[in-house]
Amino acid sequence: MEKYLYIALFAPLVSSLFSALFTARPKKQFLGVVASLLIITAFLASSVLLTHILESGEPIHVTLMTWISTGGLYIPFGFLVDQVSVTMMMVVTLVSSVVHVYAIGYMDHDKSFNRFFAWLSAFVFSMMILVMSDNYAGLFIGWEGVGLCSWGLIGFWFHKESASWAANEAFIMNRIADLGMLIGLFLIYWNTGTLQYDGAFEAFRTLDNATLTWIGIFLFIGAMGKSAQFPLHTWLADAMEGPTPVSALIHAATMVTAGVYLVIRSNELYSLIPSVGLFIASLGTFVALFAASMALVNRDMKRVIAYSTLSQLGYMFAAAGLGAYWVALFHLMAHAFFKALLFLGAGNVMHAMDDELDPFKMGGLKKVMKGTWIMMTIASLALAGIFPFAGFFSKDTILEAAFADHHMVIYGVLLFTAGLTAFYSFRLVALIFHGEERYKIFGIHPHEAYRFMLIAMSPLLFLAIIAGVFQAPFFEMVEEVLSAHEYHIHSHVTVWIMMIGTQLFVGLAILYAYKKYARNGIKVPDGTSETEKSFIYQLLYNQYYIPYFYEEYIVKPYRELSTAFWKEIDMKVVDATVDGIAKTLYNTGATTRTIQNGNLSTMLRWMVGGLVVLLTIAVAIGVAVRYSEEISVFLSGLGV
Amino acid sequence: MEIGLNHYLVLATILFAIGLYGVMRRKNLLMLFFATEILLNSVNIGFAAISHYYGDLTGQMFAFFVIAIAASEVAVGLGLLIVWYKRHNSIDLDEMTMMRG
Amino acid sequence: MFEAVSFYLFAFLVIVSFWIAVTTSQALYALTALAAGMILISGFYFTLGADFLGAVQIVVYSGAVLALYAFGMMFFDTTRDVKEKNPNKLIVGTLAVLSAILAIVILGAPIVSDNIVALYPDVESVGNIQEVGIVLFTKYLVPFEVAAVMLLVAMIAGIVLAGKKMDISLTKLSDEEIEKYKREELV
Repeated sequence: MEKYLYIALFAPLVSSLFSALFTARPKKQFLGVVASLLIITAFLASSVLLTHILESGEPIHVTLMTWISTGGLYIPFGFLVDQVSVTMMMVVTLVSSVVHVYAIGYMDHDKSFNRFFAWLSAFVFSMMILVMSDNYAGLFIGWEGVGLCSWGLIGFWFHKESASWAANEAFIMNRIADLGMLIGLFLIYWNTGTLQYDGAFEAFRTLDNATLTWIGIFLFIGAMGKSAQFPLHTWLADAMEGPTPVSALIHAATMVTAGVYLVIRSNELYSLIPSVGLFIASLGTFVALFAASMALVNRDMKRVIAYSTLSQLGYMFAAAGLGAYWVALFHLMAHAFFKALLFLGAGNVMHAMDDELDPFKMGGLKKVMKGTWIMMTIASLALAGIFPFAGFFSKDTILEAAFADHHMVIYGVLLFTAGLTAFYSFRLVALIFHGEERYKIFGIHPHEAYRFMLIAMSPLLFLAIIAGVFQAPFFEMVEEVLSAHEYHIHSHVTVWIMMIGTQLFVGLAILYAYKKYARNGIKVPDGTSETEKSFIYQLLYNQYYIPYFYEEYIVKPYRELSTAFWKEIDMKVVDATVDGIAKTLYNTGATTRTIQNGNLSTMLRWMVGGLVVLLTIAVAIGVAVRYSEEISVFLSGLGV
Repeated sequence: MEIGLNHYLVLATILFAIGLYGVMRRKNLLMLFFATEILLNSVNIGFAAISHYYGDLTGQMFAFFVIAIAASEVAVGLGLLIVWYKRHNSIDLDEMTMMRG
Repeated sequence: MFEAVSFYLFAFLVIVSFWIAVTTSQALYALTALAAGMILISGFYFTLGADFLGAVQIVVYSGAVLALYAFGMMFFDTTRDVKEKNPNKLIVGTLAVLSAILAIVILGAPIVSDNIVALYPDVESVGNIQEVGIVLFTKYLVPFEVAAVMLLVAMIAGIVLAGKKMDISLTKLSDEEIEKYKREELV
C-alpha cells in the first residue's frame, strides 16, 4: 500500500520536473499529454488508497526520512493517509487531472505552454505534500509551495503589468498570514514539544485554555490568508489575471481550501476552544455575505465566480467553526467539483469571445455553445443548492447545523446568502447564454471549445450531479477521525419546513434573475444609468473601497518607508561602510606603492618608519616582561 | 655631576637621530654620504663609552673595525658616485629611479 | 668635574656641528661642519681613555675620509643648489624624533646587567695603546687580516671605478703606437 502513497505523491513531481526541462523551448504537444497522464496516475493511486481506507479503515503512516533532528526538535518527512487526507487527495488529483487535460486545449496557442505545465504539476505536488503530511511542519512546506506555485501561475503572463502585480499581491498577502501561522507553529512546538499531529493533539488536552486559544487564533490567521477571508481577501479577485485553468484548479478547488483543511485537520484543537470556533464561524458567515454582495453587480465574469468561491469558503469556515467538521469537508469536496466546472466553462466562453470578460457584451451564446451552456447551468444549479444536485446536500446540512445549535443569526445570514448566491450565479448564466446576441456589435465570432476539452470536463459534471449520494457513506467514513457532530433538530417537521423553505427562496431568486437578465433589450451599461450612480451600486462595484483603502493607506506609506530606508540607511550606511572598507584598502595600497618607486629617499624614509615600529614593539615587549606580574594581577582583577 | 654611561648613550642616540634625519632629508647623494658618516660615528661613541664603563676592550675593538669599514665604504661609494655622475650628470636622488618596481 | 665640563662642551659642539652638516644647503658648509664634528668626537675618545681610538679617529676620519670627500666634491657642481623638494617635513621630523625617543627609552632604562663580565678587561698597569696592540694581534688577529684584505679590495675598486682608459698600458706600447694613439685621442 505504501507504494501507492509514493506514486500519488511523486507522480506530480516527476511531471513537473519533466516539463521543466522544456520551459525554454517552444510548445511541445506531447508534454501536455505526459503531464496529464502522470496526474491521472496519481489519481488512480489515490483511488486505490480510497478503496483501502473504505474497506479497512486503517490509516497508512509512513516516514520517508528525517528532515530535522537537532536537540529536542524532531521533524521527519512523514506522510499519513487517513480518511480526511484521502478525501482531499481524491479531490485534488481528480480536479488536477481534468484541468491538465483541459489546459492542453486552453493553452494551445500560448508560447509558454511547457512552463505552464511545469508550474501546474509543481502546484499539484505541493498540494499533495500539504494534505498528506503527518506533521505541521510538512504542512507548512506544502503551504509555502502552493503559495509559490500560485504566484508563478497567477503571474504566468508576466509581461502584463497587472498580472505580475496580482501575483505579488497574492504572495505577499499569503506571507503576511504565514507569519501568524508560523507563530502558531512555534507555540505548538513550545508547549507540546512536537509538531506531529498525533503527539500534538494528545498534548493539547493537557494545556490550559489561554494557550490553546492563542494557538487556535494564530493558526486561523494563517488559514485566513490562504483561504482569503476578510481582511486578506483582495488577492483572490485579482488572482483572476491568471489563465482560467489556474483559476479552476487553485482558486476554486485546492489552494484556497487549504485553510479549511488546516482547520479540519486541527479539529481536536478547535473542539477544545469553542469560543474561537464561534469566532471562525461568525467570520465565515460575514465573508459569505460580504462576497455575495460584491458579486451582485460585478461585470467581470471570472470575478463573479471568484467571489462565489469566497462566499462558499465562508460557508465552509462557518461549518468548521460550529464544530461540524465533516460537513465542511463534504462541502469542500462538492464545491470543488461544481466550482471547477464553472471556471472551466467560463474559460470556454472566454476563448470563444476573444478574452472578453464582460457578460453584458455577450448574450445568446447558448445557440453556439450548447455543451458549455448545459455544463454551466448545471454547475450553477449545484452551486445554488437545488435538489438533487451536490450543493443541496452540503449547503443544507450547514444550514441545519447552524439552526440546531441555535445560532439564529448565522442561520439567517447564511440563508439570505444562499438566495444571493442563486441570484448572481443565474444572473451570470442568463447574461452570457440567454437573450439577444449582444456580441455581434463588437464583431466577435464565437465557437464551441474543442471536443476533448468538453469530454475532460464531463467527470466534473457527473460528480456535480450525483455527489450528494455520497453523503451518508462519507459520513460513515470520516466519523472515526472527525468528531461526529451530533445535532438534533427537535422535530422532523421543522426539518422539512426548512428544506422546502430554502428551496422556495432559492428558486424564486433564480426566477427573478432570469426575468431580469434573460430578456431582450439589455444594453451594455456605460455608467450613466440611475442604478449605476446609486450609492449602493458604487459601494459594491468598488468592492466597498477596500482595495482603494489598502492601496492608499497601507501600500503607499509602506513604499515611502521602504524608499526612505533604501536611500538613507541602505545606501548611506551599509553601502558606505562596505565601500569605505574597500576604499581604505585601496588607499593603503596606493600609499605604500611608493615603497618601490625607485627613489632612494622614499625608501629610506620607509626604512626608518619600519625601524620605529620595531622599536615600539621592542619597548612594549620589554615593558610587558618587566611588569608581567603587575599585568597579570590587573587582568585577573578584571575577571579575564 | 657624575657622567655615567647613560649620558654617553643618550648622546649617541641624539647623534644617531640627527644622522637619520639627514639620511631621510637629503636629496643630494653626497650629502647623504655625510649623514651616513654621522650615523657611524654616533655608534662608535656608544661603543667606546660602553667599553670604558665596563672596563672591557671589546668595544674599542669594534670601533676600530667600524672605522676601517667606514673608510673603505667611502672609497667605493665615491667611486660609484663619480661613475654615475659622468653618465647622468646629476646626483639628485629624485632622478635616480632606475630601480623602480 | 673636569669630565663633566669636557663632556658637555664636546657634546654641545658635536651636536651643533652635525646639525649644521645635516641641514645646510651649501655642500661646502656641510663638509666643513662634518670635519669639525669628527675632530670633536675624538675629544670624546680621549676623555674615555681610548687614546688609540682617538688618534685613529683623527687620522682616518678627519684626514683620509674627509679628504676623500673634499676631492669628490671637486667633481660635482656644488655651486648649484640642489633643490630639495621635501614634500613632507613633518613625517621626516616625526620619524627621527620618535626613533630617538624610543632608542633613549631602551637604552636609558635601568640596565639590569649585574652579571656582565668583561671579556677582555682593562689592565691598569699597561697603557691603552699597548693593550690594544695585545688584544688586536692575539684575539682579533683574523678580523684584522680580513679587514686588511677588505681595504685592498676597496682600493682596487676605487681605482677601477674612477680610472679611465685602463685597458691600454702605455708602458707596453712601442713609440709609433703611442704616437698613433695620441693622434686618435686628439681627433
